[in-house]
Amino acid sequence: MSAFFLSLTSGVFIGAAAGYLGTLMLSRRMALVAGPLGHLTLPGIALALVWGFDVSIGAFPFVILGVILIWLLERKTRLPMEALTAFVFASGVAIAFLFLPIEQVEAALVGDISRIGFLGTAVSVLTSLAIILVLRRASPRLILVNVSEELAAAEGISARRYNLLYLFLIAVIVALGVRMVGGLLTAALAAIPPCAARNVGRNLKQYTLGAVSVGAGSAALGVVLSEILGYPAGPLIVLVSSAVFLITVPLAR
Amino acid sequence: MNHNDDRVLQVSDLRVTLEDEDVLTDLSFIVRRGEVLTILGPNGAGKTVLLRALLGAVPYYGVVSWQEGSRIGYVPQRLPYIKSIPLSVAEFFALRQNGGADVGKMLEAVGLDAESATKSIGDFSSGQFQRILIAWALAKDPDVLLFDEPTAGIDIGGEETVYGLLSQLQRERHLTMLLVTHDLAVVHRLSSTVLCLNRRPVCMGPPLAMLTPENLRRLFGTEVTLYEHKHE
Repeated sequence: MSAFFLSLTSGVFIGAAAGYLGTLMLSRRMALVAGPLGHLTLPGIALALVWGFDVSIGAFPFVILGVILIWLLERKTRLPMEALTAFVFASGVAIAFLFLPIEQVEAALVGDISRIGFLGTAVSVLTSLAIILVLRRASPRLILVNVSEELAAAEGISARRYNLLYLFLIAVIVALGVRMVGGLLTAALAAIPPCAARNVGRNLKQYTLGAVSVGAGSAALGVVLSEILGYPAGPLIVLVSSAVFLITVPLAR
Repeated sequence: MNHNDDRVLQVSDLRVTLEDEDVLTDLSFIVRRGEVLTILGPNGAGKTVLLRALLGAVPYYGVVSWQEGSRIGYVPQRLPYIKSIPLSVAEFFALRQNGGADVGKMLEAVGLDAESATKSIGDFSSGQFQRILIAWALAKDPDVLLFDEPTAGIDIGGEETVYGLLSQLQRERHLTMLLVTHDLAVVHRLSSTVLCLNRRPVCMGPPLAMLTPENLRRLFGTEVTLYEHKHE
């Protein structure tokens, strides 16, 4: 199977799942949370590139570690979450650059989906599908928790349980996303497609379908453009979705 | 009927601590079926925290015991995040499991058009939105309604009809209601019992007996006079 087909397939699935999850992050004003988490994965990506294993496998434990560290520091210091996030993600970037070989910097920062093999594609597709299925099942309750924890509680929904699920899904999508757009650009995968869909969607169905389509479509077009132009796919994917967003701006109400 | 059987809610020694500070303490009370309990107190008195504790949305010490099988409807003060996503009224109702109840009928019950179901939540005024929230709470056919600040964010005209709606609902559905408010008129018009709260209970009983100048001074810390006025 050609490298182009593999990167196209995994890109479409990761883009769709990230766009879907992004619709929930936007509803909670947490669209950018994937950004710092993406930066945090850099030491993991660096390790993966140095030792030659899968970048998502390198990234995942670092996201989880970052989430736990932010949560613990917030409890201990009572500093604002964004200040702690700044501390944690800057440290992540700094540590990564201590041992990241210079020739691997581009792949770490903006991703390199063209290197993905058959196994990586299979894992990306299956994980993305699992995220989409979990979201389809849980999103009404996740939205309710996002809208009001009290309203959810009155329905017998445990906000704590769903917040944990939500953070876990974000961590998984970040780990998948770094493979495609690198540690620097992951926030865009989850943030931009829902913003574009928000401009045109008049109800939840249109909004969700819109975000999934923009996510999948931008990834596909980005990979195709990368093949034609020879630029890395990561920045092209992000630029395509940014362009879609700009086109939808006049339609926003 | 045994007098204890009509207890819908029993709260004993409730204490809620947020960031190492007691926001509610020493609180015990009972709510009986069909009772309308207003929870009155100044800003920061812990009224909303009490509702959150009753819903189990905030950790607490003590006992909150709902009668088995109670269906609790909750009408929040506002939902600041809801307008950040496009959501039609029907989709908002569908967020609830088995929420496919006749949305149009529920909307009509609170004085809105059945056609409003297809409109976006963002298109409604705050008064209309509060009606949607009431309809949402009613859709699960609750026997208890918790209502946080019915007056908040509603113009005078709208406020009047939300009160009318609440007393109508209470009559027709025999609802037990817990209403949080800092508005003495709401206490007087709607409630059978008032719980005066300022982080700890100040007084509890029938409004006319409880809303004495002395109690109000203890509750609000300043001179407050109640001008009783009749409504038909």
